[in-house]
Amino acid sequence: MNTQVTIAGVTLKNPVMTASGTFGSGMEYSEFVDLNRLGAVVTKGVANVPWPGNPTPRVAEVYGGMLNAIGLQNPGIDVFLERDIPFLKQYDTKIIVNVCGKTVEDYVDVVERLGEEQAVAMLEINVSCPNVKEGAIAFGQKADNLYDITKEVKRHARQPVIMKLSPNVTDIAEMAKAAEAAGADALSLINTITGMKIDIHKRRFALANKTGGMSGPAIKPIAVRMVYQAAHAVRIPVIGMGGIANAEDAVEFLLAGASAVSIGAMNFVDPYTSAEVVEGIGRYMEQYHVEDVTDLIGAVDR
Amino acid sequence: MKQKHTAKVLSQREIAPDIFDMWIETPLAADAKPGQFLGIYPKDKSTLLPRPISICETDAGQARLRIVYRIAGAGTREFSGYRVGDCISVLGNLGNGFPLEQGTGKKVFLMGGGIGVPPILELAKRLEAEKQIVAGYRDSSLFLKEDLEKYGTVYVATEDGSAGTKGNVMDAIAENGLGAEVVFACGPMPMLRAVKAYACQHGIPAYISLEEHMACGVGACLGCVVKTKEIDHHSHVHNARICTDGPVFEAQEVEL
Repeated sequence: MNTQVTIAGVTLKNPVMTASGTFGSGMEYSEFVDLNRLGAVVTKGVANVPWPGNPTPRVAEVYGGMLNAIGLQNPGIDVFLERDIPFLKQYDTKIIVNVCGKTVEDYVDVVERLGEEQAVAMLEINVSCPNVKEGAIAFGQKADNLYDITKEVKRHARQPVIMKLSPNVTDIAEMAKAAEAAGADALSLINTITGMKIDIHKRRFALANKTGGMSGPAIKPIAVRMVYQAAHAVRIPVIGMGGIANAEDAVEFLLAGASAVSIGAMNFVDPYTSAEVVEGIGRYMEQYHVEDVTDLIGAVDR
Repeated sequence: MKQKHTAKVLSQREIAPDIFDMWIETPLAADAKPGQFLGIYPKDKSTLLPRPISICETDAGQARLRIVYRIAGAGTREFSGYRVGDCISVLGNLGNGFPLEQGTGKKVFLMGGGIGVPPILELAKRLEAEKQIVAGYRDSSLFLKEDLEKYGTVYVATEDGSAGTKGNVMDAIAENGLGAEVVFACGPMPMLRAVKAYACQHGIPAYISLEEHMACGVGACLGCVVKTKEIDHHSHVHNARICTDGPVFEAQEVEL
């Protein structure tokens, strides 16, 4: 039985990753999950300098999911390279670093620093965080902007580049095509969906930032639809995520056209989720006599 | 080592309006420290995130642990319906806990306000010191007062003046002419601000337990941060994580 998948020339032992921002740099969850079992760990977004993030409250629960407006708090690339990469290097899993920035120069700065780090298998470029005012999503909601930043990042990157797309757009296929045309090696989607919650008793926004990104099982049907549309629009691999809670959900994304999947908010709900999804995909393959996990990719149309 | 376990409900009763007292059976009791908390998961899948609930008392030998919580929303409302024998998912033990060594052998205030009273019980039980326990309540529903009396002298304040000093915990220490070398406190933000001001004015340390909305409870999501005087060791941006760097902080180190 083969569980390996290859994305932009990088072979993962299985198609299961962690979604950026939900797993730190793996340290906190290594108490619960053997990181060696994961296809890849995708780190929380890292910028060129430390970012303090947004005021609290930063998280709020909603029906079947949650809103967050963390605002990409991160220690910056120096601490990240000194502390987080050496930690992750101890494990037999692929390291994918999520990169954020306020300007094109910020992104390029981080991408260049990471280029010197052999242990980093791929870069994921965050152009879709809805919680920061500058940069991030501003690059990810217009096809022209997405094209330009992808092109610029590709010019400086030594590792394959995954562009992480926002669901907060009218036409995801157009965005997927723009990233592909600019040279992206893969796509990942969906980032969170912009939402809002109001506390009717206090008559206040539940989040200090007013809006936040929604994640969790409640958004899964939207994510499956967008992964399907994006996978049909491009030839490069698509990494699917959005509300995956178990192996059945993961298989659904693979069938829709994802070459790999990420576990996000459900890490908070059950810290063992990512490892359980790895096991569950294996059981599904046995049950349906699937010899090669890649046979599942996009199979809903076959 | 943090773990997620299935715990069994041993008892549950309402000890004041909307305040519930539940004993659960869990191996987490063995190394739970006062001031630490559990993440308790509702079963209803529309409410996914663990609820941070402070540890009120432990009976390590019997693997029994007590929580006393207030109904604050859908999750805690669900908890209040659990009956003896029900199984619940629990993540623990979370957070740093109170630094007992800072109070050992000293004259201390152990202050709890409202639903901040419960963690003071285990603290009072474990701390060997001259304990002046100051508990603030809304009204004469003085939950846990009798338990606290086993471990120190208890002073009560109530907002409506129906028992003890009328006012808050600070009013109670003023009325009784009390003083201390160290303060340990858990309660609502206005009370913690007053504790911080008091400690600063008297030049004594105060260890206060904070709360904030949390998602993961283990330090990964960065949802529950507090502004700190010094640069924090995780993100290097003056934002400590309440779930893992706290919930207990020295009052002068955090901005409230």
